[in-house]
Amino acid sequence: MFTYFVHRVLIMIPTLLAISVLIFIIIQLPPGDYLSNQIQELKSQGDTAALAKVEFLRHQYGLDRPLVEQYAVWLGVWPGPNGFSGLLQGDLGYSFEFDLPVTDVVGDRLLLSFIVSFATIVFTWVVSFPIGVYSATHQYSIGDHSLTFLGFIGLATPNFLLALVLIYFANVTFGTSIGGLMDPRYLDQPWSWAKFVSVLEHLWIPVIVIGTSGTAGMIRRLRANLLDELQKQYVVTGRAKGLPPLRLLIKYPLRVSLNPFISDIGNLLPQVISGAAIVSVVLSLPTTGPMLVHALQSQDQYLAGSFLMFLSLLTVIGMFLSDVALAALDPRIRLGEQVVR
Amino acid sequence: MTFRAHSTVDGKLDHFVSRESFDPHSVERMTAEQERYYMASQWQMMWWKFLRHRLAVASGIVLAVFYLSILISEFLAPYHLHSRDAKHIFAPPQELHLFHEDEFVGPFVYGLSYRLNMENLKREYTSDPDLVQPIRFFCSGDTYEFWGLFEASLHLMCPAEGGTLYLLGTDRLGRDMLSRIVYGTRISLTVGLIGISISFLLGLFFGGVSGYFGGWWDTLTQRLIEIIRSFPELPLWMALSAALPVTWSPTLIYFGITIILGLIDWTGLARAVRGKILALREEDFATAAQLMGASSSRIIGRHLIPSFMSHLIASATLSIPSMILGETALSFLGLGLRPPITSWGVLLNEAQNINVVALYPWLMLPVVPVIIVVLTLNFFGDGLRDAADPYR
Repeated sequence: MFTYFVHRVLIMIPTLLAISVLIFIIIQLPPGDYLSNQIQELKSQGDTAALAKVEFLRHQYGLDRPLVEQYAVWLGVWPGPNGFSGLLQGDLGYSFEFDLPVTDVVGDRLLLSFIVSFATIVFTWVVSFPIGVYSATHQYSIGDHSLTFLGFIGLATPNFLLALVLIYFANVTFGTSIGGLMDPRYLDQPWSWAKFVSVLEHLWIPVIVIGTSGTAGMIRRLRANLLDELQKQYVVTGRAKGLPPLRLLIKYPLRVSLNPFISDIGNLLPQVISGAAIVSVVLSLPTTGPMLVHALQSQDQYLAGSFLMFLSLLTVIGMFLSDVALAALDPRIRLGEQVVR
Repeated sequence: MTFRAHSTVDGKLDHFVSRESFDPHSVERMTAEQERYYMASQWQMMWWKFLRHRLAVASGIVLAVFYLSILISEFLAPYHLHSRDAKHIFAPPQELHLFHEDEFVGPFVYGLSYRLNMENLKREYTSDPDLVQPIRFFCSGDTYEFWGLFEASLHLMCPAEGGTLYLLGTDRLGRDMLSRIVYGTRISLTVGLIGISISFLLGLFFGGVSGYFGGWWDTLTQRLIEIIRSFPELPLWMALSAALPVTWSPTLIYFGITIILGLIDWTGLARAVRGKILALREEDFATAAQLMGASSSRIIGRHLIPSFMSHLIASATLSIPSMILGETALSFLGLGLRPPITSWGVLLNEAQNINVVALYPWLMLPVVPVIIVVLTLNFFGDGLRDAADPYR
């Protein structure tokens, strides 16, 4: 188990490095950068004082250096103007648009993004598990068909529209304030019980909306896996021996078919984060989504890059956790490294 | 059991040989039906198996209708894509009627009368029961350029002379939603097709190479796939489409977006191809081809790929919906296609506001074809996947 764990951690390092290279290339792709656009604008206005400041910033953040060097400084393996200060040291760079370090702009957003993603995954599990088991044990019943169909509808409806409709009805029926992840009164207040409750009141909409698409896939996979298991000989044997149906189900086939359920978190997480990005734009949630869209549009490269890096990090860590959990559950995977084929 | 031989009158056995040629099948005669089944080609059996999946067949028909409609969008839409009606801004959908005062008039709509409510500054449209506006069929209406080739003005249906025909309402510029949805079909559906072709080629290439050659090729491709898969798809799409230059024409942007969609989506297909090739290259027919001196590319292209092509097509069909939804999401955010190119996502961009849900819910109607197409593509793909293995 320990060797597997170490092996898996070591794999993460090159993956994250490659991701950071890709992200850096992507945010550099648009012609020009935020500051040179700014310089163009200031030049046309003849504002020399501001121009000097922008030139200073350009130098400060190494935008006048070769790309490879810029990348190395961003990552923190090459001394920048402030010494070694990059992603590795926890410095996310500088947001030109907000004129603040990215860390200050981001604030609570990363945490809230994490909360929304985590709640969504829990929701997906809690909903799809009983439905998947029911559909498999009651194959082709009316309940199975209608639940499957409902899952399909969830899969086919664009998230953002569902979000709009839900928030409208939540506003009309429950009086939930539109937009945001908490009531406006709690915005600048320290965390308290009332604020927490307010967050919960607002959290269910994005969680349901983002969760629907993942839930459908999850149900289908659990159902298929469980159906495969239910036809096997050992189930028949167990039944013939007189095991009560529920006990039989829980004791053997369910445990086997649970395996892909956990490994699936690797697929689920990118999906959830994608969904969260767009849904939070619609609902103007204070998460990373809306700011990412904005940063991408205005070429605020470090802000966009840091957000993308954070989202990818979340996915990579999630996949790592699911692999470790799987290894802990399934001896075949844990010992697989030593087996000679 | 006794055996009676042919015997002559005097009791001597004589040697009998039938003059007819021997038919080995005479022992076990197959019925015509069995005969048809056992002689059928693989593709024919897939077809039969597919036909048994009734939901998939129905979905296939619906999809065919959608895809055929993009050939003649200009003719099907009652209005031109860009024609505006300043007098009918945010007009609600007009109901289709057949009977006026218990008298049959054929399909018609009641005209709209407009009033600005001065209290809340809301536009109020009421249908006027005196204004009977029968719909004209195969009529001449707005002129359009058919696929940009020649001018024409023939429409399937048009409003009555001087009347209106807004079956799905109008948007903020008084443009007919129905017509715009019909035109949007062309873009939304082709985005998926072009995108999937790109990802199909990429998946086939990378999967084939990594499965057949193995070794460090395999390791490299697998790492690459893992890295791409650990990216959240939508933010990556967003970043890439934000990177498309602003100076590009809408048509170029359209191709740019489809390429972006395809560039990220191929990983699943590549994995499927790799798995299949790993299994198939150990088969006897692959070894035989190798011993006869066939080149690697010939073995992959001529022997291995055709034997799992059906699986590939099925899984490709199943990944079109995610592309359509992806395009819709991008355009909705304003990072995707840009007007004047009109897709369902571009139309939904207008429905970004919560006011729309409250005041002009018909602006959300473009979501209906999105749901229908995504659902039917899923069912259709499921049917194909089941049919892809007809011997099971």
